[in-house]
Amino acid sequence: MTAFVDENLLLLITFLPLGTALALLATNVLGSLLGVPRLPAQAWRIAAVAGSILTFLLAVELVVVFDPVSTRIQFVDYREWLPGFGVHHYFGVDGISLFLIALTALLVPVVLVAAWNDIDSRLRSFVFCMLALETGMIGAFVSLNLFEFYMFWELMLVPMYFLIGIWGGPRRIYAAVKFFLFTMFGSLFMLLAMVVLGWLAYEQSGSLVFDLIAPPGMATPALLDVVIPLAGDAPWWKTQSWLFAAFALAFAIKIPIVPFHTWLPDAHVEAPTAGSVVLAAILLKMGAYGFLRFGLPLFPTAAMTYGPWLIGLALVGIIYGSLVAMVQSDVKKLVAYSSVAHMGFVVLGIFVFNVEGLVGGVLQMINHGISTAALFLLVGFLYERRHTREISDFGGTAKAMPVHAAFFGIVIFASIGLPMLNGFVGEILILVGAFLHSPKAAIVAATGVVLSAAYMLWMYRRVAFGPVDHPENRSLIDLSMREKLIMLVMVVPIFWIGVYPDPFLRRIEPSVIELLRQVDQRAEPDSGSDVIAPAPEARP
Amino acid sequence: MVTGGTEFDLLRWIPLAPLLAAALHGVLLVVVRRTVSQWVTVAISCGAVTVSFVISCAAFARLVQLPDESRLLVDHIYTWIGAGVGSQAFSTELAFQFDPLSAVMTLVVSGVGALIHFYSWGYMEVDEREDKGFQRFFCYMNLFSFAMLLLVLADNLVLMFVGWEGVGLCSYLLIGFWYSDRDNAYAGSKAFIVNRIGDLAFIVGLLLLFWMLADAGHPTVGFQDIERYFAQIADVTLDLPGWLPGGPSYRAVNVVGLCLFIGACGKSAQIPLYVWLPDAMAGPTPVSALIHAATMVTAGVYLVCRMSFLYAVAPEASEVIAWTGALTATLGAVLALVQTDIKKVLAYSTMSQLGFMFVAVGCGAYAAAMFHLATHAFMKALLFLAAGSVILAMQHEQNIDAMGGLRRRIPRTRWTFLIGALALSGALPFAGFFSKDEILVAAYGAEVAGGRWFYWLMLATAGLTALYLFRLYFQVFSGKSRVKRELRDRMEDPPGSMVVPLYALSVLAIFAGLAGFPQAWGDLSWVDIEESNSFANFLAPVLAGTVREPLAHEIEYRLTLRAVLAAITGTGLAWWLYLQRPTWPGKISSSFRRLHRVLVAKFWIDEIYGVLLVRPLVAISDRLLYRGIDAWLIDGLLVNGVARGVRALAANGLRYVQSGLIQAYMFLMLVGAVAIVALLMR
Amino acid sequence: MIPLDHVIGLSAVLFGFGVIGVLVRRNLIVMLMSVELMLNAANLAFVAFNRLWPGTDASPILDGQVFVLLVITIAAAEVAVGLGILLALFRNRDSVDPEEASLLKW
Repeated sequence: MTAFVDENLLLLITFLPLGTALALLATNVLGSLLGVPRLPAQAWRIAAVAGSILTFLLAVELVVVFDPVSTRIQFVDYREWLPGFGVHHYFGVDGISLFLIALTALLVPVVLVAAWNDIDSRLRSFVFCMLALETGMIGAFVSLNLFEFYMFWELMLVPMYFLIGIWGGPRRIYAAVKFFLFTMFGSLFMLLAMVVLGWLAYEQSGSLVFDLIAPPGMATPALLDVVIPLAGDAPWWKTQSWLFAAFALAFAIKIPIVPFHTWLPDAHVEAPTAGSVVLAAILLKMGAYGFLRFGLPLFPTAAMTYGPWLIGLALVGIIYGSLVAMVQSDVKKLVAYSSVAHMGFVVLGIFVFNVEGLVGGVLQMINHGISTAALFLLVGFLYERRHTREISDFGGTAKAMPVHAAFFGIVIFASIGLPMLNGFVGEILILVGAFLHSPKAAIVAATGVVLSAAYMLWMYRRVAFGPVDHPENRSLIDLSMREKLIMLVMVVPIFWIGVYPDPFLRRIEPSVIELLRQVDQRAEPDSGSDVIAPAPEARP
Repeated sequence: MVTGGTEFDLLRWIPLAPLLAAALHGVLLVVVRRTVSQWVTVAISCGAVTVSFVISCAAFARLVQLPDESRLLVDHIYTWIGAGVGSQAFSTELAFQFDPLSAVMTLVVSGVGALIHFYSWGYMEVDEREDKGFQRFFCYMNLFSFAMLLLVLADNLVLMFVGWEGVGLCSYLLIGFWYSDRDNAYAGSKAFIVNRIGDLAFIVGLLLLFWMLADAGHPTVGFQDIERYFAQIADVTLDLPGWLPGGPSYRAVNVVGLCLFIGACGKSAQIPLYVWLPDAMAGPTPVSALIHAATMVTAGVYLVCRMSFLYAVAPEASEVIAWTGALTATLGAVLALVQTDIKKVLAYSTMSQLGFMFVAVGCGAYAAAMFHLATHAFMKALLFLAAGSVILAMQHEQNIDAMGGLRRRIPRTRWTFLIGALALSGALPFAGFFSKDEILVAAYGAEVAGGRWFYWLMLATAGLTALYLFRLYFQVFSGKSRVKRELRDRMEDPPGSMVVPLYALSVLAIFAGLAGFPQAWGDLSWVDIEESNSFANFLAPVLAGTVREPLAHEIEYRLTLRAVLAAITGTGLAWWLYLQRPTWPGKISSSFRRLHRVLVAKFWIDEIYGVLLVRPLVAISDRLLYRGIDAWLIDGLLVNGVARGVRALAANGLRYVQSGLIQAYMFLMLVGAVAIVALLMR
Repeated sequence: MIPLDHVIGLSAVLFGFGVIGVLVRRNLIVMLMSVELMLNAANLAFVAFNRLWPGTDASPILDGQVFVLLVITIAAAEVAVGLGILLALFRNRDSVDPEEASLLKW
């Protein structure tokens, strides 16, 4: 039994949620065929929570069994899928995706439980969407075949569209369509680039190839062996720059990098709490993950050439997101813009091309996932009680809801990077990495530290502190046992990563070094990489 | 520089004990939600800090047994953050070090901290504004003790930054402790954000230092290692943007030194980042005593002393520090003269005294700075706690215009306050006399711009110190009572648990100065102590730059005389103005009405910051970035604009193709098919 | 044996009649019949081409003829559906003029 589980861990983690959803659907169909009344909606919810918790336990098993020393892809599951088209079913995990999977598996049960009172219409559909979404997200993190990755990438879109469009706020349709079109717009360019990549592989090896890297111990053709021409010796649409640009557009929209970010505030504000949480915590990471998994190793020279531009946009994002967050009157919108700023840090970490920056970037993805998810949950708890998100409608909630205020404070300070909470570890690593790469960039990014404190504390002060101006806030009920439990689940990793990040860093670092090695190996020698054994940078 | 470290495993418990206490309080408050009795709360909190103090004493005892040159206790727990390879490997240890410098700080922090914890018991118990806040208060206080002890015990810059931010957090929480008042919450946020500006500079300095060390092949952030390899980067120069003054080429040590100093400015309330400190008085008085007088605000001085090896070779940065300190000291003293809130007077006084400490470090007299830091901690904690007793007796009235003649009503408070005021204004045998004297001596011998003027400015400020302190004392305790009648008869001294810390601090304020008995006096024939300044001698191995040629003893005696005269002048003036001619201060202020208004308004610095920085930033963010770029340009014009464009195209043209006539469609299909075939057969 | 050209020519002529019928007639029944005409023209071409490449006796090629069977099947289905739609239209509009069914526009 355990042997079976361990051997098929990734398959189980990925498809257990969807399996649960389909099984529930099957009971519905069967019920109507046999004339039996269908399962009550509450049963769906309980089954979904059970299924997702089981998924989380499997993810924990994955982290435990994961070999932290190895630099190779682990838990490989490699099968024929569409023979002749280079499309394999190819799952695998390394230190970069490991914790993202665990985070996804953690958050889905959390939001299912958190939405216990929030979602009461079309509960069955909601449960189905959440579970399908989980499979989509985890699938994207474990797929090492570009085709399969793309499939999961698009699969995520559909349930998210429905989550916003059905259970969202008053402008949900606009937000859902905007979200869908933005993401789709980028994805299509990625699809085009993918086809060109397959074609290039066909030209060079005689067969279509979509595997990113050959599975350990096998000598199958892989994309990382394909030579992607630089500008000059190939038609423009076959060059690294254009292919990278196409991928980067898809990822940049998803992250989102300024100026492709405007779908995010709308989607966040209109989505139900569960949707906002998953959107902010996981879906945004998909873009950064895409850069790490595909963007950098496939197009290293282009990535290095255009890295400074992306760093520039990341810095703009940090400052711009923070400043715009500062003037928001809607709590959710404020958190949404803070995500833009925080994801700027992640992008910065990715494109400094050194171990500190990349490790910090990967860790910061996890950190942002946890703290922003917790923020949205806490805002959601407030919304459930007051049905408003306007900051000015609150004030003095600490009086009636001290426990809520305490958790809110912890999460806010985690989000603004207070040491000994998770955000700091990622931020300092990114800043160190950035400083080693370019001191100016690091200094600009560091100003985000001041700004984040400004807008977050401003919001916290206006919501939690001060006199109770609105009589409705006087009788607010503090967090229930269920809500407290949820927040405890969120706060534990906040402290864990903050105080003892070693178990995380130890698993991330070898894969990052391996990634940099691949980048270095594939990059043009004179493209100015300072990857593994860097020449000390010239002083500014 | 100290070499070799002796393992001392108990070290970790100095910060951990209060942390555990805070965590316990936190769990009880947030998760368990059972109110525990005040006794239990106090036992946990005061117990934890006392444990810290006892272990600190043990560590100190262990430390002095070691020979001078290897006085270093270390305790390594684990690698906190580690990533990177080769010469770029970034690694931060969770490790503590206890050298003479840390020892002084640890003893002050845990000692004064413990006393203030005991005092808070009585203070917060009597306090009736917030009935449920008792345990929360002690939770924050313990958390603060942890962060502060972490700051002083950290063996590397990053871990120090952890404590640095941690004390900022606790300061935020405690200033806004009575959060129902909008102003308190605002003051808390302001303190944190202004501090963060300093922290930004701290981080930049840290990164710069790490970067240069990594460049030299020694990537490290540990204090011992930085000092060891410092010689290799001491002569590096940096090219900074041309618009900076004095550029474009700078010595890196100056840049690093200034960055760290800006961080220190934030924490230690120096110009231009001092604006948060007066507002911080919104917190409960024990908090003001512990955080905003005795410990946290001195962290900046500690940082500079910790990096003394760097500042010793960075004369330009040191000069900036010295002048910043001098200006802050003067500004604080002047502003303290016109304040009417008892706590604000003390707050500006703190700012001024911190300025004195920075003058000392700027002049290279690190030991003098540390000495004043320690004595100031005792004196100012004493003054604040005594002020707290006054405030309690006055039922939270803080305006000194409503006081007067309190000496009969609350004699114990009065005596302790008097001791504090005497000590801080530099009366002869008290602690402040010795420490301030040392700083004035350093200022006299300093080689800074302005030469002697610098010294005279500091001397005048020392006189002002006596003036504003005794103005405060006479206004509160002497003269005719201006207290409301119904209050007057009910006033009484605080209970024993609050008086005992006052007495203890009084003793320290009187005698602590003897630890820094000047060598010039020790050499007097009728005293004859070979090494009299035991404080400086104790710190000598870990501080750089103390080797400067000492002044001739005659000059020192003359300087001492001047200092005493300045103090006496200030005190006498206060006595004359506020007791003998009580109408004069009013007349003076009304005849200099403009100046007085400027001073009362604190030079409108807050307002200027608001107009110059905050409002433009908000306006730009709101109008230009959010409404302009985000909503109008990107969303309105580009995103929705494309959507509108497509819709308009379809609505006005393309839709007519869709005629609904099957045969028309089929015809088009046929044409298309024929066209494709024709194209293929071409 | 009839030359291939003739058969293909017949097929093309039949297809042309079908096209013209579909495009110009105003009666949906006739239009459907014209569609059948086009399908059968294609069938004729299939069979003719199959005759051209019959394969060997050992392995005869029957692709064209198989396709014809498939087309006949689909045509039957299509007529069934088409007549169904037509009937529904007639019930609603009392007419089989395709222009009566032009609501699906703009």
